[in-house]
Amino acid sequence: MSVTFLTAEPIDLAPLLASVQSPARGGVASFLGLVRDHHGGRRVLRLQYSAYASMVEAECARIVAEAEARWPAKLALRHRIGSLEVGEVAIAVVAGAAHRDAAFDACRYAVEEVKRRVPIWKQECYSDGGIEWVDPRGAGRTAAAEPA
Amino acid sequence: MTAAAHATLAVRVLLFGSYADRLGLESLEVRLPVPATVRSVLERVRALPGGGQLPERPFCAVNLAHVSLDHTVAAGDEIALLPPLAGG
Repeated sequence: MSVTFLTAEPIDLAPLLASVQSPARGGVASFLGLVRDHHGGRRVLRLQYSAYASMVEAECARIVAEAEARWPAKLALRHRIGSLEVGEVAIAVVAGAAHRDAAFDACRYAVEEVKRRVPIWKQECYSDGGIEWVDPRGAGRTAAAEPA
Repeated sequence: MTAAAHATLAVRVLLFGSYADRLGLESLEVRLPVPATVRSVLERVRALPGGGQLPERPFCAVNLAHVSLDHTVAAGDEIALLPPLAGG
């Protein structure tokens, strides 16, 4: 079965958890990234995610393979695109392993590598009507305000 | 193929996010003299209207994998210019 890491639908954690569980794995670590209601002192209403979809699939497959080669763990991850309201899940990463250290470490690795390497972008929509591309390299380094 | 001095290659360039906004387009074809690198592709794009707003060293990918600006491109490659990544 080919895995699709990117989804336009709300992320359902249960099947992800089930996919990394087995009788031999006594620890499952999970991370959820949610839409936050503020950034840089401004109130955020929603995020609009977009992606280079084919590269997201390729890069996420590489990240999962790397983590599973480095730790005795099984991973699953999903990232959502489209318009997300505050509190919705944008990313979910789960890792199952025999013991907790490998599960935590593999999960953390995958989350950090997704943020560093996977071609996904987001626009923040603010309560004042502004919309800006997010540049995680630092607050105030976003692109000039884009027309709504 | 013609003599090397006259040989050219065509690649497809994809733009995303703020870069697509700045140039007002999401993809284009670029034809370059052989040999060509990602840097030569980027220079062509930066010469387009709005292209000067792109950084000199953006993240780049060729055929779905991150590469450096020195990466040599081949005919038919898919080159992507990637704004600062913001997944998660």
